[in-house]
Amino acid sequence: MTDALKFQAKNISRVFGHGKKSVTAVDNVTFEIRDREIISLVGQSGCGKTVLAKMLLRLETPTSGELLFNGKPITATGDPRNHWRQVQAVFQDPFSCFNQFFTIRSQLKSSFRLFETKPSPGEIEERVDQALLAVNIKPKEVEGKYPFELSGGQMQRMLLARIFILKPQVLIADEPTSMVDACSRASILDYLLKLKEELSMTIVFVTHDIGLAYYISDSLYIMHKGKMVDRGAPDDVIKHPTSDVTKQLLEDIPDVHRQWIARGTPVHAAE
Amino acid sequence: MTVSAPVRPLEQAASGPTPKPAKSNAVLEVEDLRVHYVTRFGHKIQAVDGVSFSLKQGEILGIAGESGCGKTTLVSGCMGLYIPPLFHTSGDVRIDGKSIVGMTLEQNRKEVLGQKIAMIPQGALNSLNPTRKIKDMAADMILSHDESADKKSINDRLRERFTRIGLDADHVLNSYPVELPAGTKQRCVIGISTLLNPKVVVADEPTSALDVSTQKAVIKLLFELMDQEIISSMLFITHELPLLRHVSSSIAVMYAGEFVEYGTTEQVIFEGRQPYSRALMGSMLSAEPGQKSRKPVAIEGAPPKLDKPIPGCRFAERCPVAQPDCRTTEQVLRIVAGRQVRCKYADTEVVEQVGGGL
Amino acid sequence: MQLVKGLFKIPAFLLGLFLFAATLALAFLGPLVFHVDVSTRVGDPYMAPSAAHWLGTDHLGVDMLSMLVMGLRASLYVGFLAGVVATIVGTLIGVYGGYKGGLLDDILTVLTNLFLVIPTLIVLILLSSSMDKGRSLTLIALIIGGTTWTWSARAVRAQSSSLRARDHVALARINGFSTLEIVLEQILPYLLSYIFMVFILQTATAILTEATISMLGLGPYDSISLGKILNDAKTNEALIGGKWWAFMPAMVLVTVIAFSLYVINTAMEGVFNPRLRK
Repeated sequence: MTDALKFQAKNISRVFGHGKKSVTAVDNVTFEIRDREIISLVGQSGCGKTVLAKMLLRLETPTSGELLFNGKPITATGDPRNHWRQVQAVFQDPFSCFNQFFTIRSQLKSSFRLFETKPSPGEIEERVDQALLAVNIKPKEVEGKYPFELSGGQMQRMLLARIFILKPQVLIADEPTSMVDACSRASILDYLLKLKEELSMTIVFVTHDIGLAYYISDSLYIMHKGKMVDRGAPDDVIKHPTSDVTKQLLEDIPDVHRQWIARGTPVHAAE
Repeated sequence: MTVSAPVRPLEQAASGPTPKPAKSNAVLEVEDLRVHYVTRFGHKIQAVDGVSFSLKQGEILGIAGESGCGKTTLVSGCMGLYIPPLFHTSGDVRIDGKSIVGMTLEQNRKEVLGQKIAMIPQGALNSLNPTRKIKDMAADMILSHDESADKKSINDRLRERFTRIGLDADHVLNSYPVELPAGTKQRCVIGISTLLNPKVVVADEPTSALDVSTQKAVIKLLFELMDQEIISSMLFITHELPLLRHVSSSIAVMYAGEFVEYGTTEQVIFEGRQPYSRALMGSMLSAEPGQKSRKPVAIEGAPPKLDKPIPGCRFAERCPVAQPDCRTTEQVLRIVAGRQVRCKYADTEVVEQVGGGL
Repeated sequence: MQLVKGLFKIPAFLLGLFLFAATLALAFLGPLVFHVDVSTRVGDPYMAPSAAHWLGTDHLGVDMLSMLVMGLRASLYVGFLAGVVATIVGTLIGVYGGYKGGLLDDILTVLTNLFLVIPTLIVLILLSSSMDKGRSLTLIALIIGGTTWTWSARAVRAQSSSLRARDHVALARINGFSTLEIVLEQILPYLLSYIFMVFILQTATAILTEATISMLGLGPYDSISLGKILNDAKTNEALIGGKWWAFMPAMVLVTVIAFSLYVINTAMEGVFNPRLRK
């Protein structure tokens, strides 16, 4: 493998609680994430994908195993802020991601506190404007607006605008499309691809929808009950699923061309 | 480009909507319904603007559209729930031929809600009160329309119904919500909301917050209840148009308070004649080999606010194939290829440029 | 805003607000209507109410209404100061512990529980009786505040700990906010209505506590308070002598203040606490 590795996880686990009541959210998982690739963590709710994503973000610490970032232990950067300059995230529910007591713009501006040398106020305004334009939002549209005044799709793009400001090496996207409408979903995916192509970002896409994951990613990891049960290039995983979980996930997508739920005796309109 | 995609036939019999409402065997009839609400600043928003449809006994009608298109307001309107700032503007809603608009809320709660029309709450898992036992919440439902019901008859009814929907009635009824697994809770919520055998069940985005597998389980449960004849007719509201392929027999696509396409499931899903419904279909991503190269349709922006009249087509602002005259000519629902469509170019090749590749 | 509007439609809330406003008016606007003077004897001891002295005189012959106004002011002052102290201490400990979790939270919870089992009244009685001359109204308020904050700490901790898991807090963290900034900007604003309710309750509790210890004769040496009026009436045999005006008005006032604040709090809880809201 010649590609540089962004993340390397060796037998990492995350256990919550102690003794009998303990819950293993991530169970002895080994994987790697190559530079400039989009990988997807796919699984049902509660499979451990979000906890795994939070470990990559240093919001959770593995209880065992080794997690390397850029070849060094993830904690080697010391101050977590150094990590967050390089690894950033967008979350599932854009409304709950913003503080309802401050304007959107002021919250976007607060991202600049991560910068080692803070740009001048004028430059900050300019860069916020650029980031908004990058996600196709006219700065005027959101001037003085509070989170609850915007639509779900707009809010999700605000989260992405934050990424355009911070320009991290890695983006963890935790279910960024599950709360937005079908029409906005495709544009969110477009922005992720744009981030990868224009800013050479590595993206970890966390989702329950294997259809989305298949479309966007360069490799797929299927998770179930804390374990990685299937992995590989998207086409391989889709065509030759090795795990029943993968098969189930594929089957559960309400694809319009397939029988989805077999009904016994459908009660239908009798003309 | 061909519009019809290769489809394996399913046994889902499609029963087409009739262009004119008021059929004899209709359970729910909505006639030119207009509903508005008033904002804090006194602006009048016409959130539902002239919607007509009828739902027959045993039929499932899917209503699709993104948030802000008026789906949820339409649901409130159909249930007669005009709670300020929501007001009935004009038009009629009849269940079993009897109008439910113009009732007081009190009257509506007593005679309509739960019995004639019931809603399955959106966050099924969070809608149970954690401090009360399932049987107490279920008993409330019965008592809400029959205050004189005695304890014993309520108990018998609950046990009978909960057994019928496949639950261990004795155990479940005496449990608190936290003691039950998610799947059972879901069954309880749906069981309680349909306790009074409502004529029409409204499922407002029952699956939108769920992962694909749980979504499938919920829909399976709804079908089960239909087969058991606990539920007969249903309005299924969703923003996932493709999902309706498996759920409903007919589909209405809603945009900016109006129906923009209303036809059988086959017509709308596979041969949509309106750019918006075609875009909704095109935004779907499936995990079929070869689909990776297909670019999903993205529509930027959000539905218009409706605080002032829009001169032309309401979708023109976002329509990928809008023509110069779309913004000036008002669009009316007309029949094209056997279904109702609101688009001037519905019968031309223009609309076929949107979506496709399914 | 919708919620606040809803609040003003609840009869109980309006009643509480009216009663509390009335006591405030008596304390601060009263002197504009009638003459308040507690340093001169205006007549014989225990004169019955008359046109000149609406509530008669006390055991020294001082105008009772004047005593009440000054006593009421003192009670409100104690309530307000103790309420502020208890709310601030309780909120800081509760918010911080709830947000941080882990060991720090455990330590703060133990501390809270420790203070919770210390009976405020006994501490106050002990402190008061040992201090005698240094017992000022302010000191009493500070002691009440310093021992009753546990209630707000526990209430706020629970709320804060549920906010901790919210996405905007996670986002603030990866935005590089410090813990203090997160507590101040991301958590406190969401708890404001809640903290206000806690404050009202703490105030009511403090007023009752002060009245109790003053009535026991351990009140402030430097001021009149409603509890002290009751104590004076008790020690000077107003009860036995049937001089109702010497104790009834003070009793009614203490009851009215506490009652109005409790009613306001209950009504607010009904509106702001989603679990009680149906």
